[in-house]
Amino acid sequence: MMCEECGKAPAVVHFEQVQNGRKVVMNLCRECAEKKGVLNFLFQPAFSINNLLSALLGSQVSGAPVLEPSGRERRCPVCGMSYRDFARAGRLGCSRCYETFEDRLDPLLRRIHGSERHVGKAPARSSGAAKIRRELEQLKAELAEAVAKEAYERAAEIRDRIRELEKAARGGEA
Amino acid sequence: MKDERKEILESIVGSSSSPWMDGSGNLADVVISSRVRLARNLRDTPFPHLLEERAARDVMDRVFKVIESVNKKGTWGELTTIDLSELNSRDRQVLVEKHLMSPQHAEPGPGKGLATRRDERVSVMVNEEDHLRIQCLFSGLELDEAYITASGTDDLLDEGLDFAYDDTIGFLTACPTNAGTGLRASVMVHLPALAIGDEVARVLAAVNKLGLVVRGLYGEGTEGKGNVFQISNQITLGQTEKEIIENLSLVGKQVVAEEKRFRENLYKTRRTELEDRIFRAWGILANARSMSSGEAVRLWSDVRLGVELEMLPQMNVRKINEILVLAQPGFVQRVAGRDMAPEERDVKRAELIRHHVSS
Ligand SMILES: [Zn+2]
Ligand SMILES: [Zn+2]
Repeated sequence: MMCEECGKAPAVVHFEQVQNGRKVVMNLCRECAEKKGVLNFLFQPAFSINNLLSALLGSQVSGAPVLEPSGRERRCPVCGMSYRDFARAGRLGCSRCYETFEDRLDPLLRRIHGSERHVGKAPARSSGAAKIRRELEQLKAELAEAVAKEAYERAAEIRDRIRELEKAARGGEA
Repeated sequence: MKDERKEILESIVGSSSSPWMDGSGNLADVVISSRVRLARNLRDTPFPHLLEERAARDVMDRVFKVIESVNKKGTWGELTTIDLSELNSRDRQVLVEKHLMSPQHAEPGPGKGLATRRDERVSVMVNEEDHLRIQCLFSGLELDEAYITASGTDDLLDEGLDFAYDDTIGFLTACPTNAGTGLRASVMVHLPALAIGDEVARVLAAVNKLGLVVRGLYGEGTEGKGNVFQISNQITLGQTEKEIIENLSLVGKQVVAEEKRFRENLYKTRRTELEDRIFRAWGILANARSMSSGEAVRLWSDVRLGVELEMLPQMNVRKINEILVLAQPGFVQRVAGRDMAPEERDVKRAELIRHHVSS
């Protein structure tokens, strides 16, 4: 296997981490690993996703600039940051950057977290539809659990709530 | 600053005691405290690292205004709002040492603010890496309680602020490592018996393999002066808050069980050696005339173990935990009311600790 960073030398340093049940692997040649300080933190017990992020952003694939069809660098309409600015700083410029650089951030998020899909809390004021969708997902998981445990009374309750929500979703109203 | 606010701030930075160290809560003999932090940002507003003074102040004003209006409704214990630029560096340092805010937040910077509840269990950092960082801190292994409180605070703030949120990615944060839930949960554990048995590295490496990150709280990296370690989740996206909290609680309980197993074993098989170690530490802590913060934290670890093993009936958990703040450079200088050279600090620190343990 060749180095994921330079593609010129064989990869000799492999490190992996299980995230959300998915394995995230980086394969680097010794020189690139040293350059990124990967070797340094390989010998420390503390693996951190911050180190993974900076290693990724320093790589030619994940760190390359994002261009417009015109060939100019794409910039965020709100904060003016380019993707290269982000790769250098390790921080985005504003919430709109996520949309602006979506194509590149989705795979990056997947590599860091093992997922690019939020399943947790939504703000109370967020769009009703998304909230209902998320609650439905959660309820269906709970229903399966209740059935598995033969807690039929609880299962019936959950089923009622799911029906209510599905009706609300069809009506477009929470 | 208004008088009432000054008074509350004074009562917080003037005392080395905080509720998170009172020894209450689950498994408090090993777990010192539990913390939950939620990162939130204002929609379509540049993140703090891009903000100039004026714009940063604007963000602080917006957040503080919402906090004040929630205060008026009386739905939460009132949060006192503090413009950090109005504090001197010693007071800011004490806020860090009391775990109310991060070390970065004590550095001077545009529009930095802090809002804290009088009992110090809830605080909000404004213009740290994200516009808001809501933090809840509880004694013992109480992650559920801490999350419920943080989430409730989040809901109240959300009523007045438009948080950056995406249906797919979740809460949007300055660093993609925090996106999704924006949740960082952590437990602070004291592992003296594992350290004596040279087993800390093994246990913590196992914890790290589970995707959690460990760092020593006092001292560099995983070395961990005082044998105090912080275990936190790393993944913030693709798991629910409940899952993140449950995972960490579960791992925390396993670490506690390991530590307790080693404590029992030490007590059974090496009792004299253990007692000698603890009473020597106590002797120095209670009598020394000059002490560095490193030495204080090291001795603290042995003495706290002695308190847990009921060898030192004159001390209790709250009192011994307090030394963790009392011995820090910011607090020592705050009591003195001025900046001090390290040697001078060491003398003052020894004096403070002596008085503290004999009172
Ligand atoms: Zn290479
Ligand atoms: Zn932007």
